[in-house]
Amino acid sequence: MTVPATTHRGPQSRILRWIDYRLPVVSFLEHELTGYPTPKNLSYWWNFGSLAGIILVIMIVSGIVLAMHYTPNADLAFDSVERIMRDVNYGWLIRYIHMNGASMFFLIVYIHLFRGLYYGSYKYPRELLWMLGVVILILMIATAFMGYVLPWGQMSYWAATVITNLFSAVPVVGQKIVSLLWGGFTVGNPTLNRFFSLHYLLPFIIVAVVGLHLIALHQHGSNNPLGIDHRGPQDTIPFHPYYTIKDLFGLSVFLLLFAFFVFYDPNAFVSADNYIPANPMVTPNHIVPEWYLLPYYAILRSITFDFLGIPSKLLGVIMSLGSLVLLFFVPWLDTSRVRSARFRPIYRLISWLLPLDVIALGYVGSQPPAGFVVTLGQIATFYYYFHFLVLMPLVGKLERPRPLPISIGEAVLGTGTAAERT
Amino acid sequence: MLKPFLAASALTAALALAVPALAQEEAPSPPHQAWSFEGIFGTYDLAAAQRGFQIYKEVCSNCHAVKHLYYRDTEDLGYTEDQIKAFAAQFKVTDGPNDEGQMFERPARPSDRFVAPFPNDQAARVANNGALPPDLSLIVKAREGGPDYVYGILTGFVNPPAGVKVPDGMYYNEYFPGHFIKMPPPLSDGQVTYTDGTKATVPQMAHDVVTFLSWAAEPNLDQRHQMGLKVFLFLIVAAGLFYAAKRKIWARVH
Repeated sequence: MTVPATTHRGPQSRILRWIDYRLPVVSFLEHELTGYPTPKNLSYWWNFGSLAGIILVIMIVSGIVLAMHYTPNADLAFDSVERIMRDVNYGWLIRYIHMNGASMFFLIVYIHLFRGLYYGSYKYPRELLWMLGVVILILMIATAFMGYVLPWGQMSYWAATVITNLFSAVPVVGQKIVSLLWGGFTVGNPTLNRFFSLHYLLPFIIVAVVGLHLIALHQHGSNNPLGIDHRGPQDTIPFHPYYTIKDLFGLSVFLLLFAFFVFYDPNAFVSADNYIPANPMVTPNHIVPEWYLLPYYAILRSITFDFLGIPSKLLGVIMSLGSLVLLFFVPWLDTSRVRSARFRPIYRLISWLLPLDVIALGYVGSQPPAGFVVTLGQIATFYYYFHFLVLMPLVGKLERPRPLPISIGEAVLGTGTAAERT
Repeated sequence: MLKPFLAASALTAALALAVPALAQEEAPSPPHQAWSFEGIFGTYDLAAAQRGFQIYKEVCSNCHAVKHLYYRDTEDLGYTEDQIKAFAAQFKVTDGPNDEGQMFERPARPSDRFVAPFPNDQAARVANNGALPPDLSLIVKAREGGPDYVYGILTGFVNPPAGVKVPDGMYYNEYFPGHFIKMPPPLSDGQVTYTDGTKATVPQMAHDVVTFLSWAAEPNLDQRHQMGLKVFLFLIVAAGLFYAAKRKIWARVH
C-alpha cells in the first residue's frame, strides 16, 4: 500500500516475476487496474457496470449449485425445486438469491443502459462497446426466460407455451421452428431438457461477450458525465484504488436492497401461480411474464391490427423484437456530436420521457388487455419508436447545445465555463 | 384433441385480443389479518401452528394431502421425537420389495412423507363429487393474497345474495373466485377440542390452520428472518466502512 498507485514497477516477488515474464497476467492486471486512466468525474451512475458484472457472477455461482440439486424432468422438476427449498442445506437461500438475482440483474442493467443513453456513451468511438451491451441484454432475456421455465410451475409452463408459439408467426418455417423448440408437438419434457441445457450454456456466452465489452471499454476508457474526452493526466485518476473503493461502497448499498428481497420478501417478483405445478389442462386466468419482460410483452400485444398485409401477430413479434434491435442503431440515430444530455436541453427532457414511456409499457404488459389499457399500450409503443426513429435524429439536428467545458479537470475544479455548473 | 386446444389457448393468451373479463375476478380481496410471521422480526406462533396442525389432522387431512411434508418436519413445531414416531405410526405405507420380492405394508416412520388421504387424483375426485381437493403444502404461497386468502376462504362461507342460485353440490363463498366452491364449509364452532383450552371458534380455527399451512409452505421463514437481520447489520457496517475509506482515498483528488 506504500507504493503510489500510479507507478508501474511490475511484480515484486521473484515467483511472480518468473511467471509474468512468461505469462504476463500480473502486468495485465496492473495495467488494467492501477494503470487504467479513468475520468476523475464519474458519478454514481457509473457504478452499475461493475455491479452488473458482480451480479452475473452471483447468478452463475448460485446457478451452478442449484443445478447440482435440480432435476430437469417434467415429472420431477417442480418437486426437486421444493426439495431444494426444504431439504438441501441453505437451499432456500441459494434459490431465493438466484430467483431475486435475476430481477436485480435486470434492474441494474436497465439503469446502466439508461445511463448510456443519457450521457451519450454510445457515441464515437464507443459504438461497438454499446452494441456488445445490447447483445448482452438480448442474451440475458433469453437466459432469464428459459430459467423461468425450469421450476415447471403453471406460469413456467404457460409462459413457455405463449412465447415459443410466437415463432409460429414466422412465415413458411414458423411451425417447424416451434416444433424444434418444443422437441415435440407441445411444450413437454424435451422442451424442459433443452431449456435447462441452454440456460446453463448461455451465461457463459454472456461472460464471453462481457469480456469483449470490457476490452472495448478499456480501448478508449469510460465516458463521463460531461461527455468530453480527457486531455491528459490532470483529468484522470487510476481506476484502482479510486473506483474500486467507490464500487465497493456502491456494492454494499446494492446488496442491502438485494438482501431485503432475499430475506424479507423473496416472492415479491413471482406470480403465485408458479407455486402450482404445471398443468397442461388448466390455463391460468392471466398469463404474465416477469416484470423485466413486461414492456416487450406490452408492445407485442399492442399490435392488434394487420398492416401492409402483415398479420397482426407477426407484426407484434417484429415490433417487440424490433424494440431491442433498434438499440443497435442508436449510435447513428443520434445525430448530435455532443455526448452528455447535460449540455442538450431538449435531449435531456426526452431522455427522461423514454423511461416513463417504458414504465407505462410495463404497466400495460401487466394488465389484462382491455379498453383503455390497449390504447395506452399503442400510444406508448408508438412513442417508443418515435423517440428513437424521429426525435433522436431530429433533436440532434435542431437543438442548440450549451457550450462545453474546456476540460474535465477545469470543470471538476470549478474553473470551467459557466455552463457546466448548471 | 389436446394439441389444437393447447395451440388455440396459447394463441389467445399470446395475443390476448379477446380475453373476456372473467367472472372470477369479481371476488373481493379478503381483509388483511394479523399474522405472527409478518415483518422482519416475524416468527411462527408455535402454539397456533400446533393447534393448526390439530385442525389439519382432524379436519383437512380427510381430503387434502400435504405431500411436501415429512413427519420429521413437525419437530420444528415443537413436537418430540417420540411424539412424532407415535403419530407417524398411525399411518400405513407400502414398502418393498422385501427379500421375497413382495411389496408389504408397514407403519409410517418419521422419515416418510405425510400419507395422502387418497391413493391418486382420480380416487380423490370420485370420493369428492368430481372435485379434486388441492394439495395444501404450498397453498399459502400458491394463491394471490397468501394467508389472508386462505383465511378468507375458510371463513367466507355465507348465504348467497338474493337471486343467486348456487348449483347442486356447490357452496357460496364470499372470497372464492366465481363464488361457487365445491368444498363444503369445513369448519364449525366447537368442531375440535383444543388441548390447550383455546375456544374453538371458526375464526380461531381458521387462524390456527392458516398459521400451520404457512409454516408448511415456507418452513424456513424463522431462520430466514434471523439470518436477514445479521446480513443487514453486516452490510450496514460494511457500507459505512467503505464510505469512510472512499472519503479518505478521494480526499487526495478533491
